[in-house]
Amino acid sequence: MSTLTQLQVGESLKEIQLEPVSRMDLIKYSGASGDFNPIHTIDDEAKKAGLPGIIAHGMWTMGNLAKLFTAYYDEGFMKDYSIRFKGMVFLNDVITLKATLKEKQDRILSFTVQAVNQHGNEVLKGKVLYQQYEA
Amino acid sequence: MFKELIGNQSSRVKNVVERGAVKRFAEAIGDLYPIYFDEETGRKSKYQSNIAPPTFPMTFDYGDIAGLNLPNEGLIHGEQTFHYERPLRVGEEIICYSRVKNYFEKKGNFGEMGFLILESFGEDTESGLIFRSTSTVVISEAVRKVLAK
Repeated sequence: MSTLTQLQVGESLKEIQLEPVSRMDLIKYSGASGDFNPIHTIDDEAKKAGLPGIIAHGMWTMGNLAKLFTAYYDEGFMKDYSIRFKGMVFLNDVITLKATLKEKQDRILSFTVQAVNQHGNEVLKGKVLYQQYEA
Repeated sequence: MFKELIGNQSSRVKNVVERGAVKRFAEAIGDLYPIYFDEETGRKSKYQSNIAPPTFPMTFDYGDIAGLNLPNEGLIHGEQTFHYERPLRVGEEIICYSRVKNYFEKKGNFGEMGFLILESFGEDTESGLIFRSTSTVVISEAVRKVLAK
């Protein structure tokens, strides 16, 4: 398995494309997170809130994105993870998760991260500062 | 009506990084690496235990902030940050609390939007801070009118 240490500025981690968003994904996330806001699971409630249909929790997408980094857990950890939610994620959307190394300083790797939908629209974007342990 | 809450802080609540909760959370975000739930992988890792995904603090109880009554509906999660001193270990006890960090209003496409910034903390009893997070909650004028009633 490749390591983050070998990654050069300008290079990206291997993208992850998620399966189309299903209602069960969001029911599971509601249960696991304790966020039972019904706009994420119940059509009528989403419509009452003025939405065309149920939408994913922003934190579901942010949680998913973090897995780009999980494989490297023995090399370091996410010191800072900041996200701005840019667009809604609907049922059956296909989300792709991306991270690009922008800067390397001492043992801090600075990444830009984003999640885009099947239309190429950004649904969230942000930054990860990854702290590497001493070798 | 949110402005006067700036600085208000919840009481401190003890949380446990529960093994089952971590596994369910990892499953829910499709982040099924053994480091989150396989005991042997955890033991052999540099953490000597399993760890929790970075967004797992969403599951913690941070206590109630006096005067802060947010509705379950009509809010938009605008931004979220996490800062870690180290990863959370499965099984450990964390003291959590949160406070109203800031509130301001800005003209947007849907009228005067309110921005409420909540800051949350997780500490252990020995070394202090483990993580700090901020959530920016956007509250529309329409929702604020309902709340003011």
